[in-house]
Amino acid sequence: MSAAALLELQDISLSFKGVRAISDISFAVAEGEICALIGPNGAGKSSLLNVINGVYQPQQGLIRFAGRECRAMRPHDAALGGIARTFQNIALFKGMSVLDNVLTGRNLKRRAGWLEQALRLGRAPGEDDRQREAAEQVLAFLRIQPWRDAIVGRLPYGLQKRVELARALAAEPRLLLLDEPMAGMNAEEKAQMSRFILDINREFGTTVVLIEHDIGVVMSLSDHVVVLDYGRKVGDGPPDEVRRNPEVIAAYLGTRH
Amino acid sequence: MLYREAGQFSVRYADDRRFFRLRQGRLGLAALLTFAFLGVPLLGNDYWFSAILIPFLVLSLAGLGLNLLTGYAGQLSLGSAAFMAVGAFATYNFELRLPGLPLLASIVLGGLSAALVAVLFGLPSLRIKGFYLIVSTLAAQFFVQWALTRFGWFSNYNSSGVITAPPLQVAGLDFSSPAGRYLLTLGVVSALFWLGANLARSELGRNWMAVRDMDTAAAVIGIPLLKTKLLAFAISGFFLGVAGALWAFTYLGTVEPHGFDLSRSFQILFIIIIGGLGSILGNFLGAAFIVLFPLLLSNLATLLPAGFIDAGQLENLQKMVFGVLIILFLIKEPEGLARLWQRFRERARLWPLRY
Ligand SMILES: Nc1ncnc2c1ncn2[C@@H]1O[C@H](COP(=O)(O)OP(=O)(O)O)[C@@H](O)[C@H]1O
Ligand SMILES: [Mg+2]
Repeated sequence: MSAAALLELQDISLSFKGVRAISDISFAVAEGEICALIGPNGAGKSSLLNVINGVYQPQQGLIRFAGRECRAMRPHDAALGGIARTFQNIALFKGMSVLDNVLTGRNLKRRAGWLEQALRLGRAPGEDDRQREAAEQVLAFLRIQPWRDAIVGRLPYGLQKRVELARALAAEPRLLLLDEPMAGMNAEEKAQMSRFILDINREFGTTVVLIEHDIGVVMSLSDHVVVLDYGRKVGDGPPDEVRRNPEVIAAYLGTRH
Repeated sequence: MLYREAGQFSVRYADDRRFFRLRQGRLGLAALLTFAFLGVPLLGNDYWFSAILIPFLVLSLAGLGLNLLTGYAGQLSLGSAAFMAVGAFATYNFELRLPGLPLLASIVLGGLSAALVAVLFGLPSLRIKGFYLIVSTLAAQFFVQWALTRFGWFSNYNSSGVITAPPLQVAGLDFSSPAGRYLLTLGVVSALFWLGANLARSELGRNWMAVRDMDTAAAVIGIPLLKTKLLAFAISGFFLGVAGALWAFTYLGTVEPHGFDLSRSFQILFIIIIGGLGSILGNFLGAAFIVLFPLLLSNLATLLPAGFIDAGQLENLQKMVFGVLIILFLIKEPEGLARLWQRFRERARLWPLRY
């Protein structure tokens, strides 16, 4: 493991009303890498993302992010620290336009207070321009400008996935957590989404942790793969190595999926 | 013809942020405001001022207050009338107990008092949603009415709890004539609508909608849920409080706690359902409907042969038609009259294509 870990999990355990979802999981994500979390349904992958950005509080373990250590994250602190994410079941603001969703992703970049904005005084108008400019850059990057004013709830599924990525990217995150960003997409859409993820990683140096079932996509996209099964870690390493690990083959690449 | 969009492009982001992107819209608004401030006071008569225009304006403002909370921030409330009552009684007491305080300052302080009470009853909103939040705001409704009746201090020990309008003077000018009361109301309502429309399109407005649409995602993005919800209660309470003060002093002149009962809260709720949840314009449309509809029905009734329908029946008929309309709106057009108007406008566009 490279020395400069951006994120480190140590002996994380999480249970829901006594039912174990994650048991003693430890791994590290290096700054600037793309890390894939794989494993069968119910393995605890989404729960692990939820632990990383504080939606769930683990009962045990330590989380170290950007040099700071804590027992559990909280969503607001995670956002302040530079963690952004997308959800397995799209969690966009359905009644708002694409542009408003993306602007909302940048809400922590605001300095003007709400009264200043309501009265249109001081920093507010200039800041509105800068926020819009930055949002437009994200829209352009992900090629969704034509839908700028469309209400998100009325867009097709594939586009919604992209808007959700745009909203996360708008926050200019250090760490991007993507929960099945390509689920339900056809091969062409998957290729496009992979391209976007690679571009984000290369151009902005954003560290990415993503959950993906398509093993081809995982192998081609990621620098590092972590395999979960029944809430335990059964593999951790570069893609080629993980692919050869017999325990991984038995647990994941085997019959069950 | 009117909605010719050709040649009007936004060249700066600021152009896109205007309330009306098209020149026609801006000219229309300027013309409407000029007419409302200069034309109407000359042309209107006392009946129009007192029975139609003033209540229409005040109810629009109350609608805006509730709409910010319910339509934008997604927090259901049946306490609107309670916050109006707090605004009215607080304004009355500031005028009474701080002699020399300008009327507008008392109204603002009245609004702030209502904001404070609204925040108190909004505190449970961090834990409870939907139906249960309605119960909490309903508690506000009953508690405020009870407190205003129970403690004579609030109405300066008037035996029936009635409060009377202070002299309506602003900057030395007297606004107590019907036209004056109309102008005073119009001024306050216009200023607050400008503020409310700005708020709805600001970061806070977007945060409200984010909390409404998907609160986990909002939290993950870094939106502080409690602060955002409480600000919605506070600002909504402020707008409703000012509306209450206007209702008491520029519309009615005298009012008792009973004037702000649960049926008033429902009336405000109907305004935003009919007008459109999450719409600024919708508040005007809903209020116009609520004020004009009963007048229209009773005028229609006078066309019928005498004795065909008596006053009591007419009132019941009104309620029935209203109920049916509310249900129709909820099923057919949850976005209200504002959405119908938007569709009409889209059809009126000429360039480049209708859509
Ligand atoms: N909020 C929750 N409440 C109760 N059980 C949960 C909750 N979230 C996840 N689980 C349980 O935790 C286990 C792991 O789920 P999840 O993390 O969603 O798996 P994956 O994303 O790998 O498919 C499952 O058994 C699931 O039922
Ligand atoms: Mg999952």
